[in-house]
Amino acid sequence: MALYFFYFFASTAILSSFFVIFANNPVHSVLWLIVTFFSVAGFFILVGAEFLALLLMIVYVGALAVLFLFVVMMLNINFAGLRSGVAQYLPFGILIGLVIFIELILAFVPWDFKEQSFNNLSSPINLSETNTVALGKVVYTDYFLLFQCAGIILLIAMIGSIVLTLRSRPDVKRQNITEQIFRDPNSSIEVKDINPGEGI
Amino acid sequence: MTGYLEEYFPLVVFFGLSLAFGLILMLAPLVTAVSNPDNEKNSAYECGFEPFESARLKFDIRFYLVAILFVIFDLEVAFLFPWAVGFQHIGSLGFWSMMLFLLILTIGFLYEWKKGALEWE
Repeated sequence: MALYFFYFFASTAILSSFFVIFANNPVHSVLWLIVTFFSVAGFFILVGAEFLALLLMIVYVGALAVLFLFVVMMLNINFAGLRSGVAQYLPFGILIGLVIFIELILAFVPWDFKEQSFNNLSSPINLSETNTVALGKVVYTDYFLLFQCAGIILLIAMIGSIVLTLRSRPDVKRQNITEQIFRDPNSSIEVKDINPGEGI
Repeated sequence: MTGYLEEYFPLVVFFGLSLAFGLILMLAPLVTAVSNPDNEKNSAYECGFEPFESARLKFDIRFYLVAILFVIFDLEVAFLFPWAVGFQHIGSLGFWSMMLFLLILTIGFLYEWKKGALEWE
């Protein structure tokens, strides 16, 4: 039964990644990419990595797909003009494809495996506890330093994106609520005694 | 292994039902609804004119900033999940390492708050 699901997810992943490449509209490409992410999440569940599958859903489908869509929207490229230059980019594309293909072949050439790794293959997951618990046991204690590094990287990303993209517009009027609340009649109203026939 | 995958069976049922339900709602009008299309019915109605140019235009970078900040806090939450599930096993070191992590990100949060990145003018 799991095999049928494997073939279902595999065919969906391959087909949708083909559509990512061949879709005319780049927004459709991103939507097909989401389908690809979904089917890869299915793979992760099949091999027993349920935390990774849900992470893929939360981070990639939930957040990064939105970023991709924003990038596609912001680029404002003339895609018809881009398509005419395909022949120009073709050698480079073939080169990259070739490199990835060689990497795939390298995965199947004879490797020297430890005896241990064959045992791992027969049962890749430890069924006595779930994936998420197993991760939680090591990430925060054994890999304390790397975990804090991740936090600092996130902080840097936060500050970097703010520094790069935030521009304050002095011409726009802003509301300062604290100032508004602390106004009192003494400072905001001024009584003037004006003599008849004169201005202020 | 099969026991583990069996736990996902409700999910399969759920996805199958939602797919079937969506397809039914989409295909039922093709069968049941009256359809007499003509040229005027199919054309754009009144103010819905044909688009002159691509809908893709440059918009404010703020949308992107909000999306990036969302991704960052999304990742933070992703770190919280295994921590919460494995909480009984990691002791005080695990607890305080997460507190330090949250403190670092709170500094970033305060920074963006004070900087006005969350405000929309």
